[in-house]
Amino acid sequence: MTVENHRDEQFTVRLEDALATTGSVRLIGPGLAVLTFTRRSLLKIRHVPEQLLDAVLYPVLFVLMFTYVFGGAISGTPEEYLQFALPGILTQTVLFLTIYTAMTINTDIEKGVFDRYRTQPVWRPAHLVGALLADSLRYGIATALTLVVGFLLGYRAPGGVLGIVAAIAVLFMFCFALSWMWLVIGLKVRTPSAVQGVSVLILFPLTFISSVFAPPETMPTWLQGFVNANPVSQLVDTLRDLMNGVANLQNLLIVVGVSVLITAIFAPIALRIYNRIS
Amino acid sequence: MTSSQRDGHPLAVETQNLTQHFGTQTAVDDVNLSITAGGVHAVLGPNGAGKTTVMRILATLLRPSSGYAKVLGYDVLTHPGKVRERIALTGQFASLDEDLTGLENLAMLARLRGYRGRTAKSRAESLLEAFGLLDAAARQVRKYSGGMRRRLDIAASLLVRPDLLFLDEPTTGLDPRSRNDVWDAVRTLVSAGTTVLLTTQYLDEADQLADRVTVLDAGRIVAEGTPGELKSIVGSGILHIRFASADQAGAAVTLLDARFAEPTELSTDGVTVSMRLNDITKAAELIAELQRQGVHLTEFSLGQPSLNEVFLALTTPRSKTQEKPDDR
Ligand SMILES: Nc1ncnc2c1ncn2[C@@H]1O[C@H](COP(=O)(O)OP(=O)(O)OP(=O)(O)O)[C@@H](O)[C@H]1O
Ligand SMILES: [Mg+2]
Repeated sequence: MTVENHRDEQFTVRLEDALATTGSVRLIGPGLAVLTFTRRSLLKIRHVPEQLLDAVLYPVLFVLMFTYVFGGAISGTPEEYLQFALPGILTQTVLFLTIYTAMTINTDIEKGVFDRYRTQPVWRPAHLVGALLADSLRYGIATALTLVVGFLLGYRAPGGVLGIVAAIAVLFMFCFALSWMWLVIGLKVRTPSAVQGVSVLILFPLTFISSVFAPPETMPTWLQGFVNANPVSQLVDTLRDLMNGVANLQNLLIVVGVSVLITAIFAPIALRIYNRIS
Repeated sequence: MTSSQRDGHPLAVETQNLTQHFGTQTAVDDVNLSITAGGVHAVLGPNGAGKTTVMRILATLLRPSSGYAKVLGYDVLTHPGKVRERIALTGQFASLDEDLTGLENLAMLARLRGYRGRTAKSRAESLLEAFGLLDAAARQVRKYSGGMRRRLDIAASLLVRPDLLFLDEPTTGLDPRSRNDVWDAVRTLVSAGTTVLLTTQYLDEADQLADRVTVLDAGRIVAEGTPGELKSIVGSGILHIRFASADQAGAAVTLLDARFAEPTELSTDGVTVSMRLNDITKAAELIAELQRQGVHLTEFSLGQPSLNEVFLALTTPRSKTQEKPDDR
């Protein structure tokens, strides 16, 4: 055959060498697969650090804005309001970051990389769980900045380090649960901005019509019903209690229960859609 | 597990009544494939014929609406994991993370295939080197050229040599040199024992590479066989005769149409006449007849029909279904 003459001998030899050193397939477990995908997301952040911008800017902006713009009006003095609102600002800031996982996955689906990952012989949810784990870096950055700015402005946490760590743990648990809900949306809609649109639409009432920024007692009774039924209220109250060094077991149990429930409902749905996407 | 066979050869792919609907559209319609292990099998077909859809079903990415598919002896619906361990797919469109570098992409996939730490990286590097991408290893894939992406995408399927490799239009958009590299890669893989199933728009590619060809049209198989067998469907040879002027060519057409049953075709340059012959010895008779009648030809050539002609003869043009009924 004539093309035989054009054959790049060197290329063939190099490829033969590369293929000869191939070992047999060694299957990896779910843990390692998840870590591999986490590592991938972290590398993406390293190459495109701009994507951390809101995890960095929002905490600073929100703490300053709520403290000085609304603080005086709501609580009399900004300092007093900060003491009430910081756990709320923390919750709101981090909750809004939960939509990233779904946006990342949605982008992957649009790009062919999704097919590549789905034909690998690994535990399939690893792609989603890995992305989720990597996003705790965002949560971590936003949390640290919120607290630092809060402390600089005079916030004090009577609950101490232990209270703060416990509060962060509860918050992250709730965030991971919520991410599964966005993942279901992210696997269904066509573009990343649609993911953002839908989830922000849900997040706004969820965070603002709650005890995040104001005590429910100050609201009309018809609204109090919603606020008290909103799990974000229980979440914020739990954070406040833990950071204040008091424990309200009932609220904590509600938050844990809701997180488990959301995960139990939405994680299997997300995985099922993930497996069936064409 | 009893593995499927045909004439004593194990089958790499076997489908029965495979059908895929998308809404009201039938993208794959009752497809029965049996592809023996070893060698290259090409799937040809016009845009929208269902080539990609068939591949995605076989690669466990899509659940068929009905029918069943076995890949390397495993049912794709009941044992997708077993299938994934043994196959690799380089899809029609780049399937790499644009944000990551070439090296990071391959090293990540090497990890998913069971390489750890340093060995994952060195495995990735040896493939980058083989595909001439070592210089671009530390560059983000978004900055790669089309040809580089394509090569990286094929390399990404070879971190562990698959038993069955799916290549969906592997050379579309490549320059001749890169295309040759891909062809060499396919041949090298086949000699190492991999079965390659590829789709292509280029008929000469199927001709050069494939042991067998399946022609798909509108979701159905319209022909199957070796490239040689397919060519014989459209006659054994084709005679091209060139004339000095359009007048001469016109005269020749009139003459040949009157004397011979085979249809003539005047090419767009106006001076070349082609005839498809079932018996190539008839060419001598034709030319002698022209000489006798005083029509002067400047050159003639006798060729095998190309797969191109097979393709055009077998598949229905989208808007011209009614035209040229004698083309069949
Ligand atoms: N996910 C999908 N949803 C809806 N329709 C689809 C989907 N995938 C493919 N189709 C339709 O199925 C038909 C077959 O598509 P397919 O991609 O398999 O063709 P193809 O032979 O690969 O074409 P090409 O040569 O252009 O790549 C097309 O009409 C296409 O529009
Ligand atoms: Mg296609």
